[in-house]
Amino acid sequence: MAVPRSRVDEIRNCITLTEYGVRNVHTTDFPGNYPGYDDTWSQKRFEKNFRINIINMDDSTVEFDMIGIDCAIANAFRRILLAEVPTMAVEKVFIYNNTSIVQDEILAHRLGLIPIKADPRLFEYRNSGDEEGTEIDTIQLQLKVKCTRNPKATKESSDPRELYVNHMVYSKHIKWIPIGNQADHFGEAVIGPVHEDILIAQLRPGQELDIVMHCVKGIGKDHAKFSPVATASYRLLPEITFLEPIEGELAEKLKKCFSPGVIAIDVLEGKKLARVANARLDTCTREVLRNEELKHKVKIGRVRDHFIFSVESTGILPAAVLVSEAIKVMMSKCQRFLNELDLAQME
Amino acid sequence: NFTFNVNCMPRMIVQAEGADESCVTYVMHDEDHTLGNSLRYMIMKNPEVEFCGYSITHPSESKINFRIQTKGGLPAIEPFRRGLTELNDLCQHVLNTFEVIIMKFIHIFCV
Repeated sequence: MAVPRSRVDEIRNCITLTEYGVRNVHTTDFPGNYPGYDDTWSQKRFEKNFRINIINMDDSTVEFDMIGIDCAIANAFRRILLAEVPTMAVEKVFIYNNTSIVQDEILAHRLGLIPIKADPRLFEYRNSGDEEGTEIDTIQLQLKVKCTRNPKATKESSDPRELYVNHMVYSKHIKWIPIGNQADHFGEAVIGPVHEDILIAQLRPGQELDIVMHCVKGIGKDHAKFSPVATASYRLLPEITFLEPIEGELAEKLKKCFSPGVIAIDVLEGKKLARVANARLDTCTREVLRNEELKHKVKIGRVRDHFIFSVESTGILPAAVLVSEAIKVMMSKCQRFLNELDLAQME
Repeated sequence: NFTFNVNCMPRMIVQAEGADESCVTYVMHDEDHTLGNSLRYMIMKNPEVEFCGYSITHPSESKINFRIQTKGGLPAIEPFRRGLTELNDLCQHVLNTFEVIIMKFIHIFCV
């Protein structure tokens, strides 16, 4: 029995939310699956349908729509953003003195997680086994703080801020020590923590920290501290369709089933009529399907190839640069295997 | 210590080749779903491919088994190479589109 083309298109393009499950989740548009459809890969067709829209952007975040791409590839970009775009982070901590209450290993771990503002594209990976490091693969940082009593404090004071000097160690106390010609090379672009107000430890008079750190280039797959993003995620664009006009009191009920702003009610000649105002605001709740009157009048789903990306940088690189870098990482993966195939064929 | 960028290590070897070069499992080292699933999608878009799939051998090993079976005795390396090339071209287009749109956005809102 032939299935109508509209139904096939629905299976291909839309993920449907039903009362008890989610239907048509997987990509099925492969050659041979649907008679009458040409599903062979075509770069030309892809380029015709592919679109990117920026929703909003600043240095730390970017939100954009990527339309006309398969989830396998959109997910690859997300995964690369989280785990394979390199950054610089503290890897080796040399503790010359630590008399604070924070144990050495906890302190080292805390230092590792501080985002370091340095362009990883200007550095190389350090070779395994190399303990020293050179100017091309290492950033040296120093943290040297000693807490003392404040001689100017009033006698009856009990506030540590008044009683002591340097009792709070912040990331701003970390100073960059250039190696080799790094000072000339980086010049104005001073390397150091992204944020100056990260509390590292608290000290009391007489306690001190004397630490040297080596930052190296790494990727999130190795350790989460190298991850360049705070979050990188996508969601599919929600789609709400009415199978018949929804009017009167039912329209009001429908509106209550969705997040504010999703459904609007127009009044036409004294009659209320529901309309989808902004499906993007929908959280894909299935509340509407719990309503006996409404569940056969509304179809809810998500558009299979419309990804709403949201990328939030840790501040090391602008979020938009991270997305570009992620795509480049993906390309270098392809290139690497193509080169290897060429090499294997020559042998 | 990190050893993720091991260029000296063979990143790919052909396994279980036998006499039939149209059914091949490639072992791709240091790869996971990121490349595996994308490449599988691209190769499955090729009508000459009968089957394409991958699996991660074990959570503690960072490699994937990537299998391709072709129709009509076509060597599996051809759709494999074509898939990688097409994936690369796809990414190039995504990158170009993204960078153009970012430049436009900066031009409109940040000048």
